Amino acid sequence: MGATEQLKEEQAEAERVKRRRMRSIAIAVGLVLLVILFYAATIVHLGGDALRRPL
Amino acid sequence: MNRTGSRCAVERLKNWKKNITVMDRSAGLVGVESQVERAVLATGPGVEDFVALMKPRVMSLVVFTALVGMVAAPGSLHPLLAFIALLAIAVGAGASGALNMWYDADIDRHMARTAARPIPRGLVTETEALTFGAVLAVTSVLTLGVLVNWVAGALLAVTIGFYLFVYTMWLKRRTPQNIVIGGAAGAFPPMIGWAAVTGGVSVESILLFLIIFMWTPPHFWALALYRCRDYERVGVPMLPVVAGLQETRRQIVIYSLLLVPLAMTPSFIGLGGVVYAVTSAVLGAVFLWLALKVYRTREGRPADRAAKQLFGFSIFYLFALFAVLLGEKLADRLMGLAGGAGVLG
Repeated sequence: MGATEQLKEEQAEAERVKRRRMRSIAIAVGLVLLVILFYAATIVHLGGDALRRPL
Repeated sequence: MNRTGSRCAVERLKNWKKNITVMDRSAGLVGVESQVERAVLATGPGVEDFVALMKPRVMSLVVFTALVGMVAAPGSLHPLLAFIALLAIAVGAGASGALNMWYDADIDRHMARTAARPIPRGLVTETEALTFGAVLAVTSVLTLGVLVNWVAGALLAVTIGFYLFVYTMWLKRRTPQNIVIGGAAGAFPPMIGWAAVTGGVSVESILLFLIIFMWTPPHFWALALYRCRDYERVGVPMLPVVAGLQETRRQIVIYSLLLVPLAMTPSFIGLGGVVYAVTSAVLGAVFLWLALKVYRTREGRPADRAAKQLFGFSIFYLFALFAVLLGEKLADRLMGLAGGAGVLG
């Protein structure tokens, strides 16, 4: 394999890793957002005093 | 293409040979994979490709009309729940877009208007698009149902199902009435927004639905008039392809005559105010004038220009009507804010 092809392959691999990382970050952000929304909406449904109950 | 299918090409060839040359040239680009795209294909899809699958421009109109439905509805909704409802509706619309692109990938790659979508370009595989769309569809419906209410969730499910199964899979490739019936999918969002606040369906929300439903045929047929070669090439029986350009122009006028008075109705049932009454009357008159212009201008470049004018104005028309409705309702709520109701309540 020539030096040019090897360089191209390395660049493609770097781009592949970068894109995979971005997809993973996007999925993580989506899941975290979903959890936060469910938590916050539950608090809203329970009412303002939900966190002020006797243990 | 069948016998009736050649109507569009014959009429266009007669009317505007130059345009056909341009369209054929653009069609020649379909399937040509550039060096850049080959490189992208080897590295897998990026986040931006999945965003493109969701048809962001369609999503923005869906979110806007849903917001109007929410603000126009009587009652109150906590701002956080209102945000969640809009987010779920937006994601549901994105899911519909992705599932539509998955199913239509075979014809999208042969149409100049859709050849640059992620699947025809090889940036996203069909399986990836299907998985993405299905996950978003289920997530959006469950989120709206669990966190807001199940009437809104069910309406969102119906919307996604109607767009995918009724319009995309059943009607689109079988009948020239495809966008008349299929247009219902695009008309649901204000009804979902309304249901998110009230937990039900009412005459007012049905009226908002009907306005978009009646607006869809003249809007899409205006586009189809100057894109009919695209539809003919892939065998989609849009009205200009099956019934010819002149019949399509006649239908545009008929539907415009039904749309304009219908769009003025909110003022008569108390949903719209004086500003809405004036806006709907003035813009309705312009809409009718442009529809008649399309009907009268039958040949050459001016005919295409008239269709493009109507298409462009129809987008502005719907946006303006809903924006005025939104403005009026927000003004009412701001004036009544002293009563303690939320802005989205």
